[in-house]
Amino acid sequence: MKPLLDVQNVSYTYHTVSGETKALDRLSFQVHFNEFLGIVGPSGCGKSTILSLIFGLISPEAGTITIHDALCNHHAMPIGYMLQKDHLLEWRTIYENVLLGLEINHQLTPARIKAVHQMLNDYGLEHFKSAHPSQLSGGMRQRAALIRTLALNPGLLLLDEPFSALDYQTRLNVSEDIYTILRKKHKSAILVTHDIAEAISFCDRILVMTHRPGTVKEVVSIELSLKEKTPLKARSAKEFQDYFNRLWGDLND
Amino acid sequence: MTEPTISSQKAYLDQLKRRKKQILFSQIFICFLFIFLWELGTRVGWLNDFIFSSPSRILFTFVHMASDGTIFYHIGITLFETFLSFFIVLAAGIFLSILLWWNRTVAAVLEPYLITLNSLPKTALAPIFIVWLGNNMKTIIVCAVSLAIFSTVINLTTSFIQTDPDKLLLIRTLGGNRKDMLKKVIIPGSIPNIISNMKVNIGLCLVGVIIGEFLSANAGLGYLIVYGSQVFKLDWVLMSIVILCVIATALYGFLGLIEKLISREQARHPSD
Repeated sequence: MKPLLDVQNVSYTYHTVSGETKALDRLSFQVHFNEFLGIVGPSGCGKSTILSLIFGLISPEAGTITIHDALCNHHAMPIGYMLQKDHLLEWRTIYENVLLGLEINHQLTPARIKAVHQMLNDYGLEHFKSAHPSQLSGGMRQRAALIRTLALNPGLLLLDEPFSALDYQTRLNVSEDIYTILRKKHKSAILVTHDIAEAISFCDRILVMTHRPGTVKEVVSIELSLKEKTPLKARSAKEFQDYFNRLWGDLND
Repeated sequence: MTEPTISSQKAYLDQLKRRKKQILFSQIFICFLFIFLWELGTRVGWLNDFIFSSPSRILFTFVHMASDGTIFYHIGITLFETFLSFFIVLAAGIFLSILLWWNRTVAAVLEPYLITLNSLPKTALAPIFIVWLGNNMKTIIVCAVSLAIFSTVINLTTSFIQTDPDKLLLIRTLGGNRKDMLKKVIIPGSIPNIISNMKVNIGLCLVGVIIGEFLSANAGLGYLIVYGSQVFKLDWVLMSIVILCVIATALYGFLGLIEKLISREQARHPSD
């Protein structure tokens, strides 16, 4: 079966006044349907650059990025992108914020608005529709940001350290929430993080990257002896520590 | 333990209130003292009331000119010119700033020219405007607009360009283009900046209008001041200055009020 996303030999170089920096060097990997892929690596190895390339904010210098036709045909926006911070607009209410994507794409159809209402109800924000972002906790804000992304019904989600701005406890809860939501909606995801434990608990496979210029060092499949995996349960699985040690070793030699 | 806290809190609040009252009282007192000394000075002969006028003469002149409506005509002309130039500055300022945000190359090319024009004392241009545009209201409006437009464009363009790049990235991740950035993030995010700019501009426009009226007008408070000084009707001159004080304060207060209303609207916390 053709993969959802196929990245083949992609290279990318940043140009600045002080010189050029090769960020990625012939990087190849695939993401399959309903798969959560984690990308970990030392800082500055081009993790976020990969997401920008996949989303099309920038174009690869060499190589190809192929997205499965099914993704392009069945979604208002094939790929959703979640940034590190929620960036909710302070002058809009939560309701106006979560509609921003639909507004921009001229997709404010009754069906889509109904879906947004449903999500606000399901994810505990129904009483905060007319609140402003500053009135919400960090976890609620991140859920609002997720609804804003999901409103466009993307098939593949790019998560760029979406929990890193949260405190530890909130981070565990939000990662649990988002995991459950994405699984239930049968989404695929790429999670970029510098937190190994987060990657193991969230992802099916983890791609370990080398130092700059980034390329694939190793791909690790996470198989935990759990009946039903969620990020919190995963942390107490008996294989968790072994995976942690293995990835820790990969990143430190 | 709670009782002393409450009473000391109350004492603190009372002290704040007392201080506020003292300040207000002193402010009013200075105003009355000034008027009193001015009037007294002209009455006992320290000041020549032909040159210095006096509060009573100003009041008398005002009542006289109000009875046939001429003063309201002059005030109306000055206010009309001020508002017209203010709205031109506002509209043109926002429009030009959007253009410069849109095209950074043009912005970079024009930057030294904008800085030069902004630093230039615009009063120096007024005589040229008369020659070019004639002895009429057009000159006055251009004069006022030239005084405020360059700083407005520089300020707003800077504010637009300094918008949080992550917010612009957000628009792109939601599939938006530059027009969406402008409509959804840059303009709404710059509203506080636009308003504080307007507060400065209303004063600048009034200055520009008075300068314009000094040079080319046959009506308005600036005209009254210049004409009054030429025919030694110092009552007209000083009355116009007093009226200008009131107008300037009122206009500034009016925009402060708008600012308050809008910031309250933005920080509105609807019941939830």
